[in-house]
Amino acid sequence: MTNPADTVLRQASVEYSQPAADCLLIRLAGVWTLKSGIPPVDEFSRRVAGHTGLRHLHFDGSGITEWDSSLLAFLRRLVAQAGRQGMVPELDGLPEGVHRLLDLAAAVPPKADASRREDKASVLAQIGNITFRYLQGAPEMVRFIGEVTLSFGRLLRGKAQFRRTDLLLIIQDVGPQALPIVSLISFLVGLIVAYMGAVQLAQFGAQIYIANLVGIGMVREMGALMTGIIMAGRTGASFAAQLGTMQVNEEIDAFRTLGISPMDFLVMPRMLALICVMPLLTLYSDLVGMLAGLFVANTSFNIGAFEYYHQTVHSLNLTQFAVGISKGTTYGILIAIAGCLRGMQCGRSAQAVGEAATSAVVTSILFIVVAASVLTIIYQQLGI
Amino acid sequence: MAYGDFVIQHDLNFTVRRGDIFIIMGGSGCGKSTLLRHLIGLKPPAKGQVYFDGLSFWESGPEQQESLKRSFGMLFQGGALWSSLTLAENVALPLGEYTGLSPAEINEIVSLKLALVGLAGFEEFYPSEISGGMQKRAALARAMALDPAILFFDEPSAGLDPISSRRLDDLILELRESLGATIVVVTHELASIFTIGNNSVFLDPESRTMIAGGDPNILRTECTDPRVHSFLNRGET
Repeated sequence: MTNPADTVLRQASVEYSQPAADCLLIRLAGVWTLKSGIPPVDEFSRRVAGHTGLRHLHFDGSGITEWDSSLLAFLRRLVAQAGRQGMVPELDGLPEGVHRLLDLAAAVPPKADASRREDKASVLAQIGNITFRYLQGAPEMVRFIGEVTLSFGRLLRGKAQFRRTDLLLIIQDVGPQALPIVSLISFLVGLIVAYMGAVQLAQFGAQIYIANLVGIGMVREMGALMTGIIMAGRTGASFAAQLGTMQVNEEIDAFRTLGISPMDFLVMPRMLALICVMPLLTLYSDLVGMLAGLFVANTSFNIGAFEYYHQTVHSLNLTQFAVGISKGTTYGILIAIAGCLRGMQCGRSAQAVGEAATSAVVTSILFIVVAASVLTIIYQQLGI
Repeated sequence: MAYGDFVIQHDLNFTVRRGDIFIIMGGSGCGKSTLLRHLIGLKPPAKGQVYFDGLSFWESGPEQQESLKRSFGMLFQGGALWSSLTLAENVALPLGEYTGLSPAEINEIVSLKLALVGLAGFEEFYPSEISGGMQKRAALARAMALDPAILFFDEPSAGLDPISSRRLDDLILELRESLGATIVVVTHELASIFTIGNNSVFLDPESRTMIAGGDPNILRTECTDPRVHSFLNRGET
């Protein structure tokens, strides 16, 4: 059976001889390229093991016809091993370029404390570290909310620094351009709510109350919630990616050095855009959801459009709409905070931008769900 | 060379000899980096061809183009290290993709390449954790990973201090002397041009064509074109 080392050495050959008692001569010949791999130094190790009298290591590279990094890597390995054996390598017999590159590679010693290999922490320690990281995020969040509040204060006093055109462009991006996806999701959610309720209501012959179910469900809760989740994924991630990329390119630092508050110039227009747009999108989502309910009622239960409309109008009041819109607006503020915070916290690499966008979505959805629960309880307690 | 209907340069005709350190120079906006992108296979020229040992790159099939690309090494102006990989992983990626070396052998080559650029011991660092100059050197190590026959450098000294810039020039000369590499450099750093360049082409943004070529040191003293003379003598008439 062919020894793999022999196969390699047919192209790159290594011969050892001992011209003197304290000297080992290595003759290198043939083609030494990366395609051939790097020959092992086992033979060298075997020859020098136990031979404490060997002091000098000489090379004869006159037979080398072609070489690249594989020769350099082999020689580095050999020279390192020789050094550990207390031998002194003489590189003069090697091609001039090899000699010079080996000197160049040895010119700057390795950074002593640069090694990053850390022992893997225990599972308990990892859990502890993750917990600490999350806890350290809380003061950051509070500080950011404080800065947003101050910036809002400056806005109300007419002292906020941002461009109206930026605000209008962001409104266009988060508003009209979100209509297609909001339409689709709201229609499907309305459809699901209508079908789920209709199955139960039909058992009591009360299928007309689909209108109440869908109307109240969408207006009070589902319209705002689904719009919030859509905008968390669509707009929250976008804000985080935009600000994160600006962080990578040092654009945010450039604002600071010019004395322009990034909170005023970047965060506030984004928050204002969502405050303006979310109520409208929520109302739109409510309408589309109710239309989906009409579709179900009409096609599956032969309920006429006017009858459905009449029942819906009777089941709703302005308070219901106010509840839904207030929730939608709250979700918008939370999405802006989460997206902008993660963007401003972004590291300085492409991977960090991706992580910031992901984190913005997760944080936004978490905020929305918590806010939905809290607001629902509050409104219930207030009897609204 | 054109972007849409806007012609940046036309009638470029030059030869890079094996072993040259060939400088592509000219004022800002003359199309140096665009020319480099045509040479390394990132953007086809609007008209004309790029030949490597008589083989037309842009007329070759995809497999032949990929094979030719593996004989290049490219150092981008900003380094362009992959930010989610460590320096070692950056240098190891082409070795893993295009050689049959074992992981241990790849690690040795990576260690060698980083040591050649003075970054021994920084294998586990991410690009965001090192300075701009070090990123440039790490990117050079990656460009050299497969021992390419031709190296392309886009503004290699940009952002480097004078000493680092000089060290990079010395390294470029060493690569040519030791490995016999052909090196094409886009730069407007005069010190580097005269230190390392032995052949060149001068692109003019006004006439949008090449107006001079040859050894930059000879051009500096003997070229009669005032635009070239002014450029190479820092505006002195």
